[in-house]
Amino acid sequence: MAPDSPNSADNWRPTASLATLRLRAQLLARIRGFFAQRGVLEVETPLLSHAATTDPNLHSFLAQSLAPGDAPAAFYLQTSPEFAMKRLLAAGSAAIYQVAKVFRADEIGRLHNPEFTMIEWYRTDFDYHRLMTEVGELVAESIAGLRRLQPAEKLSYATAFLRHAGVDPHTASSRQFADAARSHGIAVAGLAEDDCDAWRDLLLTHVVEPQLGRERLTFLYDYPASAAALARVRPDDPPVAERFELYLDGIELANGFQELTDVDEQHRRFERDKRRRVEQGLAAIPSDQQLLAALAHGLPHCSGVALGLDRLLMCASGARSITDVLAFPFDRA
Amino acid sequence: MATYSTNEFKAGMKVMLDGDPASIVENEFVKPGKGQAFSRVKIRNLKTGRVIERTFKSGDTIEAADVVDVEMQYLYNDGQFWHFMQPENFEQVQADSTAIGDNAKWLKEQDTCIVTLWNGTPLTVEPPHTVLLTIVETDPGVRGDTSGGGGKPAKLETGAVVRVPLFVQQGERIKVNTRTGEYVSRA
Repeated sequence: MAPDSPNSADNWRPTASLATLRLRAQLLARIRGFFAQRGVLEVETPLLSHAATTDPNLHSFLAQSLAPGDAPAAFYLQTSPEFAMKRLLAAGSAAIYQVAKVFRADEIGRLHNPEFTMIEWYRTDFDYHRLMTEVGELVAESIAGLRRLQPAEKLSYATAFLRHAGVDPHTASSRQFADAARSHGIAVAGLAEDDCDAWRDLLLTHVVEPQLGRERLTFLYDYPASAAALARVRPDDPPVAERFELYLDGIELANGFQELTDVDEQHRRFERDKRRRVEQGLAAIPSDQQLLAALAHGLPHCSGVALGLDRLLMCASGARSITDVLAFPFDRA
Repeated sequence: MATYSTNEFKAGMKVMLDGDPASIVENEFVKPGKGQAFSRVKIRNLKTGRVIERTFKSGDTIEAADVVDVEMQYLYNDGQFWHFMQPENFEQVQADSTAIGDNAKWLKEQDTCIVTLWNGTPLTVEPPHTVLLTIVETDPGVRGDTSGGGGKPAKLETGAVVRVPLFVQQGERIKVNTRTGEYVSRA
């Protein structure tokens, strides 16, 4: 995406039409109205932080002060406002939301821009199923008059996998995932034979996701425990992560959790991430001690979700690429 | 040997795939909400012309192919090879029938073609978009017919056969679109 097109003299121009930019403003106004009506407090938290995500699949941008005399300390641009917002929840904020710019290095494509806008909110006393309902209401209200959708559907992750990929995502071996991928005509290079999670993600992205959210919102819920991220794991047999995602037009719009409140478990997940980062030769990242301190103090039971505003705008306007809804995508930034 | 990482992938990039030179047609970055990212590419095998889909784990690398497109002048065919010359330095290469394929019938001496070289050897040859060729054989048409409706076959000096309007005669030079194989106009 380097600005080497023959029209590079035109690269100062926005890639979104003015009509789309007006639609973006309208969507944001509707979203703020939605939360105001429901008594959810808008907050702002730092974009630039001393700690960052340890997730080996997320790559942060590093920032550094250039002021003379400053020690060259490292700061990170957030990949999500999650940790800071949980500190507010632990401090007693109750329901909060944020319209946040987030940054993810190395994510660029038709549905990805390294800098994008997230609507993130937390509901104390909501379980994740109740939050899914609210996410559906927010999307419906924000795109009212722009898209007509069928009633939303909820599918467990297992149901979706069995239906579209023909394997049980909780019990299949990496070989079974690989066989299923082959039977769907997917040729892949570079996946370790025993990397079960990666094979499952391959099927999710290539086979399952394209079938989701056809003219309706599809909520996928109850993920394999190894894909819990920051969700609570319910000790069923097999154990499932109380996590959900929302799809429309095969595009993932939102990701939500029944939030993990157990500080010891959070600490273990940070340590496991750190080990994986070392194994994969990734940069070491300081884990967020302020989050651990907040969890130790006590995070109320809550559910939280992050919704991609740019992708919602794509679905509302029928845009094919995220660059169609951004004033200036990364290569023109 | 140079390599490219998946995050450098873009359309037109020349890489080695399964031992053959290939050109990336389209690259799509896909990633689940949390988890492993992939590059899903459509890629053309430059030897066979076939386009296949292949998925790479994000961050993987692939060997670059020494493939370049060079404008060259077509010189002659010696019965086995087609010879081309780079006008700037007079360097010559010879292309075999695999590289020339169906394009032999559009090659006229002195015309400038785009020769795709892999490690210095022609992989494919792309003739000019339109060429001027003389009709060596066609049935006499009906004089006065200018509608062009119907038409008739005409054999050109390079061996190509195209449909031409009835008023076009043997010995005339015509302009032909090499992509569609269709008559454009009298030259």
